[in-house]
Amino acid sequence: MFENLSQRLTKIFDGLRHRGSLSEDDVRTAMREVRVALLEADVALPVVKDIIKDITTEAIGKEVLESITPGQQVIKIVHDHLVKLLGGEAQALTLQATPPVVIYMVGLQGAGKTTTAAKLALYLKEKQGKSVYMASTDIYRPAAREQLAQWGTQIDVPTLPIEAASKPLDIVKAGYKEAKLSGADVYIVDTAGRLHIDQDMMDEVKSLEKAVPGTEILLTADALTGQDAVNVATHFQEHLKLTGIILTRMDGDSRGGAALSMASVTGCPVKFSGTGETVDGFEVFHPDRVANRILGMGDVVTLVEKAAASIDEEEAKKMAQQMQSGTFTLDMMKAQLEKMSSMGGLGSMMNLIPGLGKMQDQLSQAGVDDKMVAKQIAIICSMTKKEKVYPKVLNGSRKKRIAAGSGTSVMEVNRLLKQFRDMETMMKRMKKMGKKGMMMQHLKDLFMPGPK
Amino acid sequence: MSWFQRLKDGLQKTSEKISDQLKETFTARKIDDEVLESLEEILIQSDLGLKTSMDLVEKLRKTKLIFPDDKPAHEVVKAFLQEELVKQLEGAEEPLVFAPEEGQLLRVVLLVGVNGSGKTTTAGKLGAKAQAQGLKVGYGACDTFRMAAVEQLQEWAYRIDVPCYTLPQGSDPGAAAHRAVLQAAEDGLDVLFLDTAGRLQNKSHLMSELEKIYRVVGKALPGAPHEVLLVLDGTVGQNALSQVSAFQDVCEVTGLVVTKLDGTAKGGMILPLYTETNLPIKAIGVGEKIKDLDRFDAKAYTAGLLGIE
Ligand SMILES: Nc1nc2c(ncn2[C@@H]2O[C@H](COP(=O)(O)OP(=O)(O)OP(=O)(O)O)[C@@H](O)[C@H]2O)c(=O)[nH]1
Ligand SMILES: Nc1nc2c(ncn2[C@@H]2O[C@H](COP(=O)(O)OP(=O)(O)O)[C@@H](O)[C@H]2O)c(=O)[nH]1
Ligand SMILES: [Mg+2]
Ligand SMILES: [Mg+2]
Repeated sequence: MFENLSQRLTKIFDGLRHRGSLSEDDVRTAMREVRVALLEADVALPVVKDIIKDITTEAIGKEVLESITPGQQVIKIVHDHLVKLLGGEAQALTLQATPPVVIYMVGLQGAGKTTTAAKLALYLKEKQGKSVYMASTDIYRPAAREQLAQWGTQIDVPTLPIEAASKPLDIVKAGYKEAKLSGADVYIVDTAGRLHIDQDMMDEVKSLEKAVPGTEILLTADALTGQDAVNVATHFQEHLKLTGIILTRMDGDSRGGAALSMASVTGCPVKFSGTGETVDGFEVFHPDRVANRILGMGDVVTLVEKAAASIDEEEAKKMAQQMQSGTFTLDMMKAQLEKMSSMGGLGSMMNLIPGLGKMQDQLSQAGVDDKMVAKQIAIICSMTKKEKVYPKVLNGSRKKRIAAGSGTSVMEVNRLLKQFRDMETMMKRMKKMGKKGMMMQHLKDLFMPGPK
Repeated sequence: MSWFQRLKDGLQKTSEKISDQLKETFTARKIDDEVLESLEEILIQSDLGLKTSMDLVEKLRKTKLIFPDDKPAHEVVKAFLQEELVKQLEGAEEPLVFAPEEGQLLRVVLLVGVNGSGKTTTAGKLGAKAQAQGLKVGYGACDTFRMAAVEQLQEWAYRIDVPCYTLPQGSDPGAAAHRAVLQAAEDGLDVLFLDTAGRLQNKSHLMSELEKIYRVVGKALPGAPHEVLLVLDGTVGQNALSQVSAFQDVCEVTGLVVTKLDGTAKGGMILPLYTETNLPIKAIGVGEKIKDLDRFDAKAYTAGLLGIE
C-alpha cells in the first residue's frame, strides 16, 4: 500500500520545520510527491503536469504559517488548487428556462446514465418539487429502455411508452411533446452509451440535441476510470456543449482522480456524485471532500456526517456521557460495532479516516474486517446479562458456551475480551483527555489490532 | 476485419499520439534522463501504473540499446519495449474452453465483476461463440437486482435462440443460480453461462452474496463452476488490482475478460494485473456486437499499446 501524501511530505519536511518561507528547492521536492499522489489517484498525466506547474509558481516564497509545518502548508496549497479545479463550491443545475427544461445524460457504455437519470428525476421531484418526464433513446442495448421504464415505475415518474420501431430522433421529439403536454417542469433524456471516438454515434447525439436543445448536458462518468478520462471528456466536450459532470460509483474505493481530469479539461463543474445502485445513492458533489479523497487524506466531513446520520442524538448524548464518565461496558461496545456496520462497514469507514485507508490491507491480513465485526457482535449477543456487566466472571466453560452460541472459537472470544479491555483503558485515558479528538482517536484505536 | 485490425483501429488514435511522442522523444539517438522521463510518461498514460512504468524505464536505462543507422531510434526502442512486455505477458494468452471435459455433464461459466463492466454483453458474446462450436448453450440470469437485467440477458438468449433460465426480479440470486444449473443439466445442455449482478468489491454484503452464489453452484453440480471469469472494464485505472484481489477472495477466479478495448483506453493495467496475479486474459471485448469478442494476443496487444505497425 502507498503512503499518503501528508505522510510523505511530513517525512521530507521533517528537518525543515519553521524555516520562514518555502524555498524553490523545498517546493520542487514536494511536487515530486504530489505528482506521485495524483497519478496514483488516476488523475490524468497532462492534468497532473498543469497542476504541478501552477502550484509550483504559487507555492515558492509562500510564508509558512507559524502554527503549521511546511508539509501542511504545501498540502493546503495543493488542496485549495484542486478544489478550485473541481468547481469550487457545490454547483447547482440550471433550471431557468422555458419548461420543460431539457436535461441530457450522455457518456460511455455502462457509465451509469440510466440509473443516474432516475436518481436525478427523484432528486428534482423530491428536493425541488419539480414534475419530471423521462425518455430513453437507447434503442441499441438490449432492454435499455425497459430499464428506464422500470425505474420510472418505481419512483413514480412517467416515461415515454416504448415503441419497438422508433428511432432516437423520433423518441426525443415525442418525449418532448409528451413532457410539454403533461406540463412537466423537467424532461430528462437518457441516451445510449457511446464511445467518444465513434463518429456516427457522436453525430447521432448531436442531432438529438439539435432537434431538442438541452439546458443541461451532463457527462456521466465512472469514478473508477483511469487515464483515459481526459480523452473521453475532451471528445464529448468537442461534440456537445457539456454543462456538467456526474461521477458515479463514488461508493467504490477508488480515489476518483477522474473527476479532476474531466473537470479540468472541460472546464465543467462536477455537479453530483452517484454513491450506490439504488436511488438514494445520489449526492451533491462537494469539491473539498473529493480533493481530500484524491490526495488520500480521508474525507473527515463525510465521516462525521455519516456518523451523525446513523447515531440518533439521544443515544449519542447518552453514550458521550458514559464515555466521559469513563465507564465502558460490553453493551456499549456492541452498540458501537453495530453503528460501524450500519455506517457502511469497516472498509468504507476507514477510507474516510485520514491515515487509515492505507491500513486496510494490513488489517485484513490480521483478520480485521467486516466479518470479524459481525462475529464480535454475535459473541457479545451470546453473553448473559451478568457476563456483560461483569466480564470478569467469564471462565473457561462460559467462554466455551459463548463460542458455541456465536459460532466462533474460544480464541475469538478471548480476542474480543482483550479488545474490550484495551478500549476500557482507553476510555479512562480519554476521560483525562477531554472531549476533543475523542471520536477520531477512539476510532483509530478501535481499529488497531493487538497490543499498543 | 480481423480482430487485430479492429483492435488496432480502436487503439489507433492514441497509438498515433504515443507514436508521435515516441518519435519526438527518440530522434536524439541516445537515452538520457529527459528521454527516459518522457518515456515513463507515455507508459503512465496508458494506465500501466506508476510502478510498472518506472520499472520498465529502469530496465531501459540499464540496457545498452544499439541504434543501427537504417532504423529510426524510436523503432528500436519500441521493439525493445515490446519484446520486454511480451515476455512479461508469457502465459497470459489462454483460450476459453466451452465444451464439457471428459466425464463432465455440463460446463458452468460464471461471470462476475463490478457494475457496468460488460458481464451481460460478454455472456451474450460467449454464448454465440460456444454455439458456433456446435455446443448446446444456455444462460442463467442471476442478476435479479438491477432493473431489466433479466430482460437484457433474455434478449441475448433470444438472439441465438437458446434457453435463458430466470427467476423474477428480487429473487435470491443463489436460488436463481441453483435452479439454472439443475435445469440446464436436465435439458442436456453442454455449457451454461451464469450472469451475475455488478458489485463493487468494497461492499462486503455483496461480496458475500457472490460467495454464496459460488457455493450454491458447486452444490447444485459438484465441480461447478468450471470457469469464473472476472470481467474488467478496459478504461479502469489503478482500482483494477483491488477489484481482482477482492473477487479472488470470494471465489476461484479462473481468468479475466477485458472489455471496451475498442475505445481509446489501452488496457494498460492488464500488464501489472498479470504480473501480480498470473490470471490469464481469456478474452477481450472490442465492441457491442455479438462478434466483438476475441482472444487476447500479447503481441498484438503490446503492438497496439506502443503503436507498432
Ligand atoms: N464499446 C464497447 N462497449 C461494450 C463492450 N462490452 C460491453 N459494452 C457495453 O457496456 C455497457 C455495459 O455492459 P453490460 O453487459 O450491461 O455490463 P454489465 O457488467 O452486465 O452491467 P451491470 O449488470 O449493470 O453491472 C453496455 O452498453 C454494453 O453494450 C465492449 O467491448 N466495447
Ligand atoms: N455502486 C454503484 N453502481 C452504480 C452507480 N450508478 C450506476 N451503477 C450501476 O452501474 C451499472 C451500469 O449502470 P447503467 O445506469 O445501466 O449505465 P448506462 O449504461 O450508462 O445507462 C448498473 O449495474 C448500475 O446499477 C453508482 O453510483 N454506484
Ligand atoms: Mg443506459
Ligand atoms: Mg449485467
